[in-house]
Amino acid sequence: MTKVTDHISKQKFMEELNRFRKGSITRRHFLNVTGLGAATAVMGAAIPGLLTRPAFAAGDIGDRVILATWPNYHDPANFEAFTEATGAHVQMNVFGSNEEMLAKLQAGGTGWDVFVPTNYTITTYVGEDLIEPLDTSMLPNYDPAAYDPRFSDAGSVDGKLYAVPKDWGTTGYVVNNNHTGGKKLTSWKEFWDMTMDSFSGRTMVHDYQLTTIGNALKYFGYSFNSIDEKELADAEKLLIDAKPHLFAISSDYQPSIRNGDAWMSMAWTGDGKQLNADMPEIEYVLGVEGGEIWSDYYAVPKGAPHRDAAYALINFLLDPQVNAREVLAHGYPTADAHTNKLLPESLLNDPILYPAKELLTALEFGAAVTLTDPNRAELMARFKSA
Amino acid sequence: MSIRTRNWLLLAPAGTLFLALLIVPLTVVLVFSFGERAPAGGVVPAFTLEQYANLPARWTAFKNTLTLAPIGTLAALLIAYPLAYFLAVRADPRWKTILLILVIVPFWTSILIRSYAWIFLLGGRGLPALLEWIGIDGVRLINTPFAVLVGIVYGYLPLMVFPIYVSLERLDKRLLEASSDLGAPPWRTFLQVTLPLSVPGIATGCMLVFILLMGEFLIPAMLGGGKVFFVGNALVDLFLQSRNWAYGSAVAVALVVIMLITVTVYMRLLNRLGASRDDVAIM
Repeated sequence: MTKVTDHISKQKFMEELNRFRKGSITRRHFLNVTGLGAATAVMGAAIPGLLTRPAFAAGDIGDRVILATWPNYHDPANFEAFTEATGAHVQMNVFGSNEEMLAKLQAGGTGWDVFVPTNYTITTYVGEDLIEPLDTSMLPNYDPAAYDPRFSDAGSVDGKLYAVPKDWGTTGYVVNNNHTGGKKLTSWKEFWDMTMDSFSGRTMVHDYQLTTIGNALKYFGYSFNSIDEKELADAEKLLIDAKPHLFAISSDYQPSIRNGDAWMSMAWTGDGKQLNADMPEIEYVLGVEGGEIWSDYYAVPKGAPHRDAAYALINFLLDPQVNAREVLAHGYPTADAHTNKLLPESLLNDPILYPAKELLTALEFGAAVTLTDPNRAELMARFKSA
Repeated sequence: MSIRTRNWLLLAPAGTLFLALLIVPLTVVLVFSFGERAPAGGVVPAFTLEQYANLPARWTAFKNTLTLAPIGTLAALLIAYPLAYFLAVRADPRWKTILLILVIVPFWTSILIRSYAWIFLLGGRGLPALLEWIGIDGVRLINTPFAVLVGIVYGYLPLMVFPIYVSLERLDKRLLEASSDLGAPPWRTFLQVTLPLSVPGIATGCMLVFILLMGEFLIPAMLGGGKVFFVGNALVDLFLQSRNWAYGSAVAVALVVIMLITVTVYMRLLNRLGASRDDVAIM
């Protein structure tokens, strides 16, 4: 059943957030580790094909649409509503990293109809001829004027629209204030210095070169995206010095922070929000030196087997009513002004989701070359095997 | 139909599988290993030895694997042998089947789930908390090589137990009686009769566990907190993160070669051991 809510109360927001939290067992790391990236949730596929199909307002778009996305990133009720309205079931493939998505698309034969790339990957997909320019006539809910261009720019390459914005976020760190002795952490310098001092054995960094190397570069005030040899050498020295003091190199940081084994970890907005909501002593910090800001998009791979359904799904998810429910489920901010009008004031004023302007301006978007630079990949391998 | 034709026909299904699932993929890996990484990842065909020249950059991964795999195999053997011995020789026949099933039961659940269980057992609120309660403070278990070792031994134990169990089960009990009748104390009977006769089981178990450990990546990633880096982890990163298929293929080829050498040497040693025992038997 499609339930249309005009406004979402605070109580409903907390309920939604709780639901999200309970579902947070599957995580990026879990998928990374399996190497499969195929914790495939099939939402009642196959069976409808056997039944007589009713007529749908949108016309016949087929019985399914395959979505490649991130863990805990959607409201399942929205997918049910989509199926109700169109007859197409959403089959979800969940991934652990942008690299893994790219690797799968490069290998070919994914069968995906819609996927969720991050800003810095889109030029690579276009360059490799892996995604198609979007036909906006099939996306009536897409209103380019409604978006803060900061979070929608990367969707266009050479003036052509390839991807529409989903939501955005930042990469900072969470710290357990019970162990800081009243000290308030504000910088990446403190993150690394504490790691090698009073927090020895209690810090986690991502198993992801982009953020781990990027945030080590910030220690020296270098760009998050640096591929300069000397700057990378400095970052490498810091990482290798810090390694014996790390609790783990893993993007699955929530369990260890929650049970108290780890006191500090690099973290993304949504995880910071969830941890802080449950344990107020956990604070989400954006380094004053800067760091990463990112934006996720919806895109359609070349040769998508259910192209009509792909457009129908993206259009559906861009509907402000639907998108508002999405935001409440995943806990990341959206850049869409129409959706924001429907969200509770408390959420729009949340300093974790919407950091102060001076913190935000210091942040950098990841660059395509940051992801694909072979020297950074090798640096990460040396760090992990050191 | 001649016997020859029939033999070929009977071999055809296995042969086809062998070709499609082993020879072809291995050839692809070999070809890739001489290629170069495409700028955005993947592979461009070439003929260069550059990837092989870069192998030392993964030396630590090879070293970690080649250290922990034998230690893990040995630890599994030391734990599995008494268990297999008990099951095959001592256990009450009425209970034997149930006990054997209990050894297999963990295999019904994915190793991933079972490793997650160990994360909680070895984490701060698991065993260390228990130790603290009895007065031993500051024990850190999770994300250490020890945790990886525990995970490995636990995960592969049944593969060691069963071959040894089978070899002990078939043991001719009259030999034990003969040994005893001739005045050998139990420990001597064990060392000179039981143990040598179970060598084939030990050999099979060690080989199974060792080969699987060489390719392991899940347990070190989960219980080692990403800080214990095996060749398997290097491969996962090369294929799924940095998408350097050419280099990844070279690492894979190197691993296969190392395994081939190790297994060949191992078989030679075993054969020689077997041969020398036969000599003794004849004398």
